[in-house]
Amino acid sequence: MPTITLIEFNGTSHAIEAETGKSLMQNAIDNGVPGIDADCGGACACGTCHCFVEAAWLPATGSADAMEEAMLGMRPDRTELSRLSCQISVSDELDGMVVHLPEYQM
Amino acid sequence: MNQAVGLPDALTMPLAQIDVSDPRLLEQDAWRPYFARLRAEDPVHFLDGSAFGPFWSITLFEDIVAVESDTGTFSSAPTILIGDLTDDLPVDMFIAMDPPKHDVQRRAVQPVVAPQNLAAMEVLIRARVVDILDGLPLGERFDWVEQVSINLTTQMLSTLFDFPFEERRKLTYWSDLATGSPEMVGGDISEEERLTGLTDCLQTFTRIWHERKGREAGFDMISLLQRDTNTADIVDRPMEYLGNLMLLIVGGNDTTRNSATGGVLALNQNPAEYDKLRANPGLIPGMVSEIIRWQTPLAHMRRTATRDVEFRGRQIRKGDKVVLWYLSGNRDESVIEHADQFIIDRKNPRHHISFGFGIHRCMGNRLAEMQLRILWEEIMRRFQRVEVVGEPERVRSNFVRGYKTLPVRLHPL
Repeated sequence: MPTITLIEFNGTSHAIEAETGKSLMQNAIDNGVPGIDADCGGACACGTCHCFVEAAWLPATGSADAMEEAMLGMRPDRTELSRLSCQISVSDELDGMVVHLPEYQM
Repeated sequence: MNQAVGLPDALTMPLAQIDVSDPRLLEQDAWRPYFARLRAEDPVHFLDGSAFGPFWSITLFEDIVAVESDTGTFSSAPTILIGDLTDDLPVDMFIAMDPPKHDVQRRAVQPVVAPQNLAAMEVLIRARVVDILDGLPLGERFDWVEQVSINLTTQMLSTLFDFPFEERRKLTYWSDLATGSPEMVGGDISEEERLTGLTDCLQTFTRIWHERKGREAGFDMISLLQRDTNTADIVDRPMEYLGNLMLLIVGGNDTTRNSATGGVLALNQNPAEYDKLRANPGLIPGMVSEIIRWQTPLAHMRRTATRDVEFRGRQIRKGDKVVLWYLSGNRDESVIEHADQFIIDRKNPRHHISFGFGIHRCMGNRLAEMQLRILWEEIMRRFQRVEVVGEPERVRSNFVRGYKTLPVRLHPL
């Protein structure tokens, strides 16, 4: 099981033992990490599981498709590190990854 | 629930003739069995002819999400209402645009409702809610819609636009005009009144635009439109300026107003839930999402097919109207357990479709939730019960699921 660290906006850090094959969003929810809403339940249709992947790990998470790009485009706080965590599938490659959560989801 | 008057029997009428665009379904609160039958027997339903022409009805939660996610096939232009735009007021607004034009216009105004900005607004909203609630009569009958729901949302809206506070009721009036057209949604506002009122709206906001130009960096929606290079000249395109104003006025008005009323009604119809709330006011945030789901203040959004496409085995033709019934998606048992029930401590209360999904998802969703949360926090600090003492009068429309009046009586703690 890969270990992934999610850091809330206020600095609180959560290291979780993530389940491979599931999305990062689902792993965060299953582990009770606050700061991810995931209103649509993982359909890439609401943008409320936004996160910032530390640059070194970004390539390993894959790339955003057109739909994810469109949803991220609606986020005022989007950066080049932005991803929707429901679109990141957890694999052993992501062991050690650090992800930051935004100040708010909308 | 009211007895349906002059409507066909939902359970026995021919499936092909079910017309969920009939504005009396919401006015009489008679819509449930019609949508239940469509979900069960014909979830992607075609009606050959109606007062609004032929249209498809999408009634299942996941099908609605699928259509909203495919903006290339299902366009938001020319309008997101079931009826077409009238010729006398060919307004344009970003909810009825596709990328990329939609994206740049939405981005211009989105910061005003971003949660960062909302945190600063919370103190102001709470002070206004407290003022409104402390001014209400105790122990006597009054109209919750007029004295609380309209008052609260209109005050908020005047803040978001930095609109003259003493003239704020005009915003409510314009909102009602914008959503009251018989041709577009089956409403009961005459075209003449609508045209006159919305012309006044445009003139008023054009004056505000010019007065505000060059003023120090405000954080209201007009100043944001002026500052963004993509919309800095929108005032020169009057139908686009008016359209976006209507969108922002309706978006911040009808929706929260009717949820603020619907919550009172839902808790009265479900006294055990009201007991739960009294026992644990910590349930308020989840209850707010449940109220928004249960109410579904906007019943539908429309798309228009840009090409021939097969969807769930049905052949949709280019140009067909495809109507997404949020009201039905929010009652879809395959996604929401006990969907017809009002349950304030649901496990996953935010998983509802009232805000829509995809790139047109409600931009003010967090503001709406915050307003309703504060309203209920302050209600619970004052009143043992907001008692509904008569039948609500409902809006005639197939778009706005709302209330004209709701008589209540307050019981203090």
